[in-house]
Amino acid sequence: MSRAETTAGPGLQDTGQEQRLALPASRRARAVWTLGLFGSELLIVFRRVRTLALLAVLAGVPVLVGIAVRIETHDGSSVGGSDGGGPAFLEQISNNGLFLAFASLAATLPFFLPMAIGVVAGDSVAGEASTGTLRYLLVAPAGRTRLLLAKYASVLTFCIAATLVVVLSAVVVGFSLFPVGDVTLLSGNTVPLSDGILRGLLIALLVASSLIGLGALGLFISTLTDSGIGAMAATVGLLITIQIVNNIPQLHALQPYLFPHYWLSFADVMRAPVIWDGIVKNLALQAVYAAVFGSAAWARFSTRDVTS
Amino acid sequence: MALIQPAQPEAREPDGGRRGRKTLRYAVPAAVVGVTAATIGLVPALADSGDPSLPSLTAEQLITKIAASDTQTVDGTVKISTDLGLPSVLSGGSASGLFGGAVAPTGLSSSGSSPADPQRQFTQLLIGSHTLHVAADGQDRQKVSIIEPAAEYSVIHNGSEVWAYDSSSNEAYHSALPAQDSTAGAHRQLRAQDFPATPQAAAEQILTTAQGTASITVDGTAKVAGHSAYELLIRPQHASATTVDSIRIAVDSKTGVPLKFTLQPKGNGKAALDIGYTKVSFDKPSASTFAFTPPKGVKVTEGRDAARERKAPEAKSGFGEPTVIGSGWDTIAVFQGKGALPSGAEKNGKGGAAAMLGGFGKQVSGSFGSGTLFHTRLVNVLLTQDGSIYAGAVDQSALTAAANAAAR
Repeated sequence: MSRAETTAGPGLQDTGQEQRLALPASRRARAVWTLGLFGSELLIVFRRVRTLALLAVLAGVPVLVGIAVRIETHDGSSVGGSDGGGPAFLEQISNNGLFLAFASLAATLPFFLPMAIGVVAGDSVAGEASTGTLRYLLVAPAGRTRLLLAKYASVLTFCIAATLVVVLSAVVVGFSLFPVGDVTLLSGNTVPLSDGILRGLLIALLVASSLIGLGALGLFISTLTDSGIGAMAATVGLLITIQIVNNIPQLHALQPYLFPHYWLSFADVMRAPVIWDGIVKNLALQAVYAAVFGSAAWARFSTRDVTS
Repeated sequence: MALIQPAQPEAREPDGGRRGRKTLRYAVPAAVVGVTAATIGLVPALADSGDPSLPSLTAEQLITKIAASDTQTVDGTVKISTDLGLPSVLSGGSASGLFGGAVAPTGLSSSGSSPADPQRQFTQLLIGSHTLHVAADGQDRQKVSIIEPAAEYSVIHNGSEVWAYDSSSNEAYHSALPAQDSTAGAHRQLRAQDFPATPQAAAEQILTTAQGTASITVDGTAKVAGHSAYELLIRPQHASATTVDSIRIAVDSKTGVPLKFTLQPKGNGKAALDIGYTKVSFDKPSASTFAFTPPKGVKVTEGRDAARERKAPEAKSGFGEPTVIGSGWDTIAVFQGKGALPSGAEKNGKGGAAAMLGGFGKQVSGSFGSGTLFHTRLVNVLLTQDGSIYAGAVDQSALTAAANAAAR
């Protein structure tokens, strides 16, 4: 894509000169270079119409959930049946708009959010390869490792951005459609709204970090092929397969090793006392996935032939 | 420098070196996988190793220690695993005689009640694994929460009030305790359907039964939830028909609080009931733990008062107080039915339930006529033609024998 060239081009020349001029300060120059590379990667990701469309869809989920709950509970009845079907936290929304943020995260975390990450991560390297811009990026004296790191950093930034989009949209919709006040935790204890908002921020952070494993997996798949669409489809397909396996009771022996297994552990933040076991397991699992597939992506990308 | 360094050194290397480097690089993810697998394998093994060495105690001393324990405050996480070999549909029904309680087949008949009703919630503990959070501060304040994925069900007893809150349906249940007798009533209410939610409750129930009818020995030590504990082994004696092989109770060496309770049925396999703390502290839980004010918009179901509540299930299912045959471990509880086996008259009630139960049970006959026998790893239940129910932790022949004796 020509956009990649134009954004990467000037940065390449600038920093090249800088490095030649300031040899002793090469370390600092390298840092600047890396930042420049990261910046241009971010621009590539966030300027895409595709990315904006993904974010718009994510922002739409809380709006839909909020309006649906509002209509359903307009006459004072509860959402759905009395047995509490649907995503977690759904029942609490009509009493406290803040819960729309948690319900939206619980609703988007199984598929919507990771699908968006899968598209961005899968496209990161393979997309450049398929449009023929990858070799231009590699002409720059950045090294493949650093290019890969910049790509992964931009994927992680997208994880945070996507989560924040869901949360912010949910907070805006929730606060405008429903009453807001003291927060009743899952355990029945009541805490002030400020405490609830802090817990909400922690939850957003946990949800964003739940996606780093998938980000690394997508990046690895992306280094395997020269087809951007292929890498995206493979990542999203793998995600769906794993989510299905994660829900088949007969395969329970396998499930603790699947990256989405502890995703919903973020809800444990809303208990009193907070149960950290699942959260810690989730973060550890994501770190392992990031390490394994990140290094696999590095092994593949740093040794492969780039022909396009 | 950066310019002189080749950006891709491997590009200029001969093919052989490149392949070697490639393999070397793929060794990194492989090594990460290896290290992770080793950590998963080794860490629990290391953590478990070595039972603590404690001064030896006789069984009598240990039981005295349990009885003398004055620990009133607790805050911990309990894991309950039940493996009765029940078909999951019957969770409410057939095993309810487990600890002598007369519970209506909740899973089948109480579909109209509030989801926050304790009766409806605690029967789910009869199947599978559950995590509970338990907090207590003396006799007046207790809280038990069943931890569910992204939801929680809590029963909170604070003074003269009992609240239950079900977060998944956002409904609450309230019942006031009779003032004069609040502690005793609360105790009963909190333990809900007499299903022991904590190792203490289970140990208390068993130790009263076991006095004089079982061999009780101290069998080594163990580490439970980070605490050093004595293991008390109880084996039923003079009881030929019981399905219980042995019961193991781990007792905290410092406080004398039972930390883990394991019930092993006859025959091999997993424990039928395993209740143990995975994390426990004996510090006083903060007062806010027991505070509950129903949030705005939460539907509150008012419960009947505690005394009537206990009678309700029996009345509802048409059975009176059970009569008891035998003693000790061979005890069989008999619920006399009113009239014949429920027919199709009550369409959604017992009639439908009985038809469904018939599919799971085994038809047996004897001089009492014919009946349906439901077998689990721990409890057997015989439902006879005339509508009586024989239930107990005894083998199947003991039940039919009891029914035969009653028919004579």
